[in-house]
Amino acid sequence: MVKKETGDRRFRVAHREAWIGVGLALFNFIWWFGFAYGLGSRPVEEYTYIWGLPDWFFYSCVLGFVVVAVLVAIVVRFFFTEVPFEEEEDAR
Amino acid sequence: MNWAVIIPLLIFLIIIFFIGIWSGRKGAKVADADFLQDYFLGGRGLGGFVLAMTMVATYGSASSFLGGPGTAYTMGFGWVLLAMTQVVTGYFVLMVLGKKFAILARRYDALTLVDFLKARYNSAPVVILSAAAIIVFLFSAMAAQWIGGARLVESLTGVSYHTALFIFAVSVLVYVTVGGFRAVAVTDAVQGAVMVIGTLVLLGGVIIAGGGIPNIISDLITENPNLVTPFGADGNLGMAYVSSFWILVGVGVVGLPQIAVRSMAYKNSRSMHRALIIGTVVTGVIMLNMHLIGVFARPILPGIDVGDKVIPMIAMDVLPAWLAGLVLAAPMAAIMSTVDSLLILVSSTVVKDVYLNYIKPEAGIKTVKRISFGVTALLGAIVYILALDPPDLLIFLNLFAFGGLEAAFIWPIVLGLYWKYANKYGAIASMVTGMTSYIAIYQWSSSNGNLFGLHPVVLPVVLSLIAFVVFSLAVKREAYDFDGGKV
Repeated sequence: MVKKETGDRRFRVAHREAWIGVGLALFNFIWWFGFAYGLGSRPVEEYTYIWGLPDWFFYSCVLGFVVVAVLVAIVVRFFFTEVPFEEEEDAR
Repeated sequence: MNWAVIIPLLIFLIIIFFIGIWSGRKGAKVADADFLQDYFLGGRGLGGFVLAMTMVATYGSASSFLGGPGTAYTMGFGWVLLAMTQVVTGYFVLMVLGKKFAILARRYDALTLVDFLKARYNSAPVVILSAAAIIVFLFSAMAAQWIGGARLVESLTGVSYHTALFIFAVSVLVYVTVGGFRAVAVTDAVQGAVMVIGTLVLLGGVIIAGGGIPNIISDLITENPNLVTPFGADGNLGMAYVSSFWILVGVGVVGLPQIAVRSMAYKNSRSMHRALIIGTVVTGVIMLNMHLIGVFARPILPGIDVGDKVIPMIAMDVLPAWLAGLVLAAPMAAIMSTVDSLLILVSSTVVKDVYLNYIKPEAGIKTVKRISFGVTALLGAIVYILALDPPDLLIFLNLFAFGGLEAAFIWPIVLGLYWKYANKYGAIASMVTGMTSYIAIYQWSSSNGNLFGLHPVVLPVVLSLIAFVVFSLAVKREAYDFDGGKV
C-alpha cells in the first residue's frame, strides 16, 4: 500500500481552491477598477450609453458581475473537487 | 395607520414566525449529546441553497436596503460602483475559508469561531480576547439593527416606536430562542428570497415610473452631470477611497465571525459548491438592484433629505399600497435575518466560549439546554431594553463593529488555516493591533479626513498582518502540524 504523501490530500485540494478564490478576486478587482476609472474618467459628454446606462458603469458593474458569476460557475464545476469532511472517510 | 401596507408585512412576520418554530421542532428530536451542535450550528447540515441564502441574508443588513440606497440617491452612480465591491463576498469567503475550515472545524469539534481559534492556538488570552470582541461589538451591532428595524416598522405603519420595537423583538426572539441556528438559517433562506423578489419588483416599478432608463439618466445629467460619473455628486468620491471598500465590505468579510461561522455549518462539498454560485448571483442581484433603485429614485422623488427614507418613500410612491407592503418586507427581512444571526452567535459565544470554557465545564446536558435557551432569551431582552432608549456608548461601539472585527479576526483565521508558523503570539498581537489601530485611525480620520484617501479599515488590516507575522516568527518559530500528529 502506498504510504500517505506529505499531509492530508484534502488539504492540497483546499489550498488550491483558496488560491483560485484569491485569483478570481484579483481579476474581479482589475475588471471593476479598469472599466470604472478607465472609461469613467472621461468628460460626461463623451459617455456612450448601453441599455440606457453610462458605458463605464455597464462594463464595470453589470457586465463585470455577469462575467464573474459565469467564471465562478465554471471554476466550481470544472476545477473544484469534492472531498469528504469527516475524519473516518479519509483513511486512504 | 396604513393598513394596506401593514397587512402584507404582518403576514410576512407570521410566516417567518411559523417557519422558525417549525424548523426548531426538528431540533427537539436530536439526541442530547448533539444538542449544542444542533442549537448553535444546525447540526452542520446546511444544504447549498440555505447556506448561500443565510450568508447573503446575514451579511445584507439595514445598510444594504436602506442606508446604502439612500446614499446612492445622494451620490449617484459612484455609490453603486462602491456597493458592487460586495459581489466578491459571494464567492471569496467560502473559497478562502473553504474546505480546510470545514475539515479542521470538524476535527477540532469546533462549534464557534472561538472554538476554532482555541483549538488552533491553544491559548486562553486568544479565547478571552476574541470572545470579548464578539460579545461587545456584535451586541452593539445587533442593537443598532434592532433600532433600525423598529424605526422602519414605525415609519411604514405609523405605530409608535415602542410598539414597533416590541412587535419586532418578540417575533425574532421567540423563533431564535426556540429554534436556534437551524431556525435562523431556514428563516434566512426565506428572507433572502423575499429580498431578491422585492428588489426586482421595486426596480421594475421605479424604471416604469421614471419613463425608462434613458429618460432617468438624462434627468440626472440635467440636474448634475456628476451623478453619472464614478466620482460622486460633488466629484470628491476618490478612487482610493472607493477601492478601500474591496477590503471593508469585500475580502475583509472573511474576518466577520457571523459569516465565518457559517463556513463550518454546511453539510458537504456539494453544498459548498452550490452555495458559491447561488451566493455570488444573489449578492450581485441584490446589491446592483437596490443601489440602482436609490439612484433612479432621485428624478422621480427629488428632495428627500433623510437617506433611510428613500426606499420606503419610493416604494409607496411607485407601487400600489399592497405591493409596496410586500416589497418593504425585503428590508424587514434583511434586518431580521441579520439580527437573528447575531443573536444566536452572541449567545453561542456566551454559552460555549465563556460558560462552558471557564465557568462550568462539567455542566450536564440539562443545564446546558436550560442555559442555552435562557441566555438567548436574556440577551434578546437586554437588547430590547437598551433599544428602548439607546445609550450613546452603544451607538459609538457599533461604528467599530464591522471594521474592528475584520481587523481583529482576518489574520488569526486565515493565517491560522494556511500558515504553519502562525501561533498564539502572532494571533494576540494581530488582534490587539487590528482593533486598537482601527479605533485610533477611525477617530483620527473623522476629524482630519481620510489618511492617504483610504477608508480607515485598510491600514489596520495591513498593520495586523505585520504584527501577526513578526510576533509569530520572533517569539517562537515552530511549525504547526495540521494533520494533528496522525499518519
